[in-house]
Amino acid sequence: MSNVAPALAVAATPPVVEDNVVKKKLGLFFWICVGWIALIVVLAIIANLLPLPNPTFQNYNAPQNAGPAWGHILGTDDLNRDIFSRLIYGSRVSLIIGFLGGAIGMILGGVPAMFSAYRRGRVDTFLNTTSYVLLAFPAIVAVIGIVSFWTPRNIWKITLIIGIFGAPLIFRVIRASTLSYATRDFVTAAKALGASDTRILFKEIFPNLVPTIVSFGLIAVATIIVLEGSLAFLGLSVQPPTPSWGNMLYEGSQLLQGSSGQTNPWLVYFPAAAMFSLLFCLNMVADKLRSYFDVTEVKL
Amino acid sequence: MTLLEVEDLNVSFATPRGTLQAVQGVSFELEQGKTLGIVGESGSGKTVLSRAIMGLLSRHSATQTGSVRYNGVEILNAPNKQLRTLWGTQIAMVFQDPMTSLNPVLRVGHQISESLKIHLKLGKAEAKETALSLLMQVGIPSPVERYDAYPGQLSGGMRQRVVIAIALACAPRLLMADEPTTGLDVTVQAQILDLLSSLQRDRQMAMVLVTHDLGVVATRTDEIIVMYAGNVVERAPTRDLFKRMAMPYTEALLRSTPRIANPSHTRLISIEGRPPDLLNPPAGCPFAPRCPYVQEKCQREKPPLVEANPGHSYACWFPLDTAAVPQGAASS
Repeated sequence: MSNVAPALAVAATPPVVEDNVVKKKLGLFFWICVGWIALIVVLAIIANLLPLPNPTFQNYNAPQNAGPAWGHILGTDDLNRDIFSRLIYGSRVSLIIGFLGGAIGMILGGVPAMFSAYRRGRVDTFLNTTSYVLLAFPAIVAVIGIVSFWTPRNIWKITLIIGIFGAPLIFRVIRASTLSYATRDFVTAAKALGASDTRILFKEIFPNLVPTIVSFGLIAVATIIVLEGSLAFLGLSVQPPTPSWGNMLYEGSQLLQGSSGQTNPWLVYFPAAAMFSLLFCLNMVADKLRSYFDVTEVKL
Repeated sequence: MTLLEVEDLNVSFATPRGTLQAVQGVSFELEQGKTLGIVGESGSGKTVLSRAIMGLLSRHSATQTGSVRYNGVEILNAPNKQLRTLWGTQIAMVFQDPMTSLNPVLRVGHQISESLKIHLKLGKAEAKETALSLLMQVGIPSPVERYDAYPGQLSGGMRQRVVIAIALACAPRLLMADEPTTGLDVTVQAQILDLLSSLQRDRQMAMVLVTHDLGVVATRTDEIIVMYAGNVVERAPTRDLFKRMAMPYTEALLRSTPRIANPSHTRLISIEGRPPDLLNPPAGCPFAPRCPYVQEKCQREKPPLVEANPGHSYACWFPLDTAAVPQGAASS
């Protein structure tokens, strides 16, 4: 007894409460990326207030297919339109389709996914199988098919279609994430305290899903912007002369080789650079946020 | 007054390899303000039993028969809607692992005040005040700072105190404590158990204490049920049980509890072998393969649970006081 007691006395000191949450930093690069995305969004919103020429205005006093110069800082295209103005206005198409399409996908895919994963049963089996079936079919082919016939095309129709076809993928990601939380003890504990299913889903499980929703959502936005670019390159996005980055790339690609006697590589460079930088920043932000939110894994 | 009556409760799970009988024919009664200990090793069905009583098992996977009455009302297989009127306010549960039973992304205070707002319809300020006093009652130092902490910022013992505070928030009359101290180190275990006992006394609350440690229940319970392979193998008032154990398994469990009176470096005694496969239970007594006193009859016929003395029942053909010469007991 006597040789055991001292050891116990040492161990009996009250448990030390440690603040063991390591403060992670997002870093300067993250904020540069956020700033760049914010700049593009702000310019797209206030485009009307900026001293820009009309993006569809064919100014015959301006040079045709010219490089960057004063007055037209990014030059002009083959129809004498200002490339900078078209780039700013064109960003609206990418941003609206990207973010709104992503949101539609998130609502159509994410909300059923949460209920499905939490309730399980036959409905879950059905939705799960359906999502596999939809994923087995390449979304771009289906989107091209619908877009070609549902004319006249406008930005809202394209947003809706892309959002709907993005839903199965988002469904899978959110379902998997919800499943991993639905069986945790804290969910059973909340149930044992008399919380309703809706309450458990939205107040207990949902806060745990936010990191996934934000980071995967941003990646979904980036993917959708690429998808819109592909459609535009096939001439299946918004109707010209409405500018969009995809439309501009398509038009520019015709002038790369100079088949019609004209060449203007600037017309490809600028939208390509704009799209690349936006996508890069979206992915970067998504990735940094994902690792930043990953604090719940810290254990004693 | 009888608060909880469990009668012939059976729980089975359909698995791809067959039906798994997790709990077989368990019956007991619990009076208001009393404590029942449920003891058994891992896989003996104690957790399934406590979750079945709470109604927390998934209806998809578990088949439950028998009867569980709370305050005279049948609650086994009751719809969640009915159970929700009991959960939290009448019956509450303290879970085994405080690392996983708190939501990692919600503040501790929020998790306590949440059920106060739902059930007791308290306002924001009132709920916070009550939550702070609960934190104080469960012995958390500087509750005002801890109120805004995330679970990850608290130690295991602190978290279990928070879990207890959450369970007690709406003053339940029955507390199910499923291995409340298993995830904690020994010194904190004693603190948590003493805390539970004193809160129970103050509140005249009934408690079901589930554990694998006979030492834990020895001083804190009124009655003990010993479970093995889903069956109740011995049931007795705590004092009687320790005075005269009938079932060799109970004795084996007690002997495998380390004692402070032992000289240091005493070899820990363990029960040889493993519990039987519940998918394919043996024909005779489930403990027979590991029992040092095993006889031929034990392997052939399963002993029923019989009440030998008033209040003391056991399932054994050859209870300890009449047992034959123990085989292999001499070696230990």
